[in-house]
Amino acid sequence: MCRVVDLQQAVLVKNDERAGTLRAELAARGTTVINLLSSPGSGKTELLEAELALAASRGVPVAALTADLATEHDAERLARAGVPVKQVLTDGLCHLEADMVRAQLEGWLPDGTRLLFVENVGNLVCPASYDLGESLRVVLASVTEGEDKPLKYPTAFGLAQLVVVTKDDIAEAAGFDEEAFRANVRQVNPGVEVVLTSARRGTGLGLVLDRALAVAAGEQAHRPVMARTGEDAGTDTGTGTGTGTEAGSGTESAHGHTHLHTRVHAHPHTQAAGVPARSQS
Amino acid sequence: MHEMSVAVAMVEQVTEAPAGDGHAKVSAVVLRLGELAGVVADSLRFCFSLACAGTVLEGAELLIDHVPGRARCAPCGAEWATGMPPQLCCPQCEGGRAELLAGREMQIVALRHGEDGPGPDPAGPVPVHAKES
Ligand SMILES: Nc1nc2c(ncn2[C@@H]2O[C@H](COP(=O)(O)OP(=O)(O)O)[C@@H](O)[C@H]2O)c(=O)[nH]1
Ligand SMILES: [Mg+2]
Ligand SMILES: [Zn+2]
Repeated sequence: MCRVVDLQQAVLVKNDERAGTLRAELAARGTTVINLLSSPGSGKTELLEAELALAASRGVPVAALTADLATEHDAERLARAGVPVKQVLTDGLCHLEADMVRAQLEGWLPDGTRLLFVENVGNLVCPASYDLGESLRVVLASVTEGEDKPLKYPTAFGLAQLVVVTKDDIAEAAGFDEEAFRANVRQVNPGVEVVLTSARRGTGLGLVLDRALAVAAGEQAHRPVMARTGEDAGTDTGTGTGTGTEAGSGTESAHGHTHLHTRVHAHPHTQAAGVPARSQS
Repeated sequence: MHEMSVAVAMVEQVTEAPAGDGHAKVSAVVLRLGELAGVVADSLRFCFSLACAGTVLEGAELLIDHVPGRARCAPCGAEWATGMPPQLCCPQCEGGRAELLAGREMQIVALRHGEDGPGPDPAGPVPVHAKES
C-alpha cells in the first residue's frame, strides 16, 4: 500500500517569500537594493567602488554589501569610496540568499540609505536563482569573457534587468565583438539595456547609479521574458514572486519562480497505480 | 553548486508538507523541473541523496519530470519551443514581449509514501507524466 500526496510547492518558495518581505520592508525605509552578478574577475568591485564614490560626491546616501567565499579584500577596496561597506563571508556557499542579506542589515544599515548595492558571490550560475529582495538586477561581463557568455549562462543573463559590459578600455585588444554580444543578449533577454563601461578610464561611469536611482524613484525596471511566467505573465505590472505589500513599483521582483500553489490534497493509490505514471521518454 | 541548496530546500519542503505527514516515511519525491530553471538534474539527484540522509526521506527516490521551455508572443500569437540556449525573442515578429508558458518550474508535485522503498514500480518504469496544473 502506498499513498501519493500531490503538492504544488515551489522549491525555493521560502527564499522568494523572504526576499519579497525584505523588499517591502526596505522600500518602507526608503531603501532600494541592487544585486550585482558576474563571474569572478569581471570587474564588479572596481566598477562598484567608482559608482559608490560618485554617489558619495553627489550626496546620495548609498551602502554596499560584498560577498565572498573567504577574504575581506573587496570590502577594503569598496570602503575607499567613503560609504558604509560590509563584507559577507559565505563560508564556501556559492551564492547569497535573502535571509543572509537580512542578517547583515540589522544594526548596520544606516537610516536613510537610498541605495544598497550587493556584490554577489562571483558566479553566474547559482546566484541567478536567488532573489535577494532587489529591485534591480545587474549582470556584468567583461570584454575578455567572450561574446557567447549570455548563451552559456542563459539564466543569469535571461533574468538581468541591466547588462553591463566592463573593461571596455581593452575591448580592441580582446577582440570583443559588441554586435555579437548584443545579439546573444537579445536572444535570451530581448529589450534589456546593455551598457559599456570602463572603470579604468571612467567611461560609462554613473550609468548604474542613474538606473538604480530611477528604479528607486519608482520607475519600473525591465521585465525579462524569462521572468514573465505564471499568472502574472502578459501584464506589465505583475509582481513576480513578490509576496510583500505593494509599496510602490520599486518593490516588485521581476525574476520569480513558479508561484506557490497551496492546492494540497492527498488521495490513496494502489501500489500498482503508484505515482500517476505512463511510459514516456 | 546551488543544487545542494535546492536539495536541502526540497527536504525542508517535504518534511514541513502541510499534508500532516511530516514524519511518515517518504519513498519518492516527484519534482517538476523546467529546462530553464538553471538546475542540473544529475547534480541535483546526487545532492538530493545526500540531503535526505537522516530524515524521513532517507533512501527516497527523486523522480524528475522534465518540462521543456515554451514561449508565446501575445502581440503576434506565435508559440514556440524555446530550446537551450533559449530563444526568447519572438522568431516570428522579433518582438521582445513574449511570456514563458513553461520552462522555469522547480516544484514538488507529489510525494509517495510507503514502506516498499524506492524499487521500480511493477506497473512500469519510473517516468512520470506531467500533470496539468
Ligand atoms: N583593464 C581593466 N581592468 C579592470 C577594469 N575593472 C577591473 N579590472 C581588473 O580586473 C580584475 C578583477 O576586478 P574586480 O573588480 O576585482 O572583479 P570582481 O571579481 O568581479 O569583483 C582586477 O585586476 C581589476 O584591476 C577595467 O575597467 N579595465
Ligand atoms: Mg569582487
Ligand atoms: Zn511575435
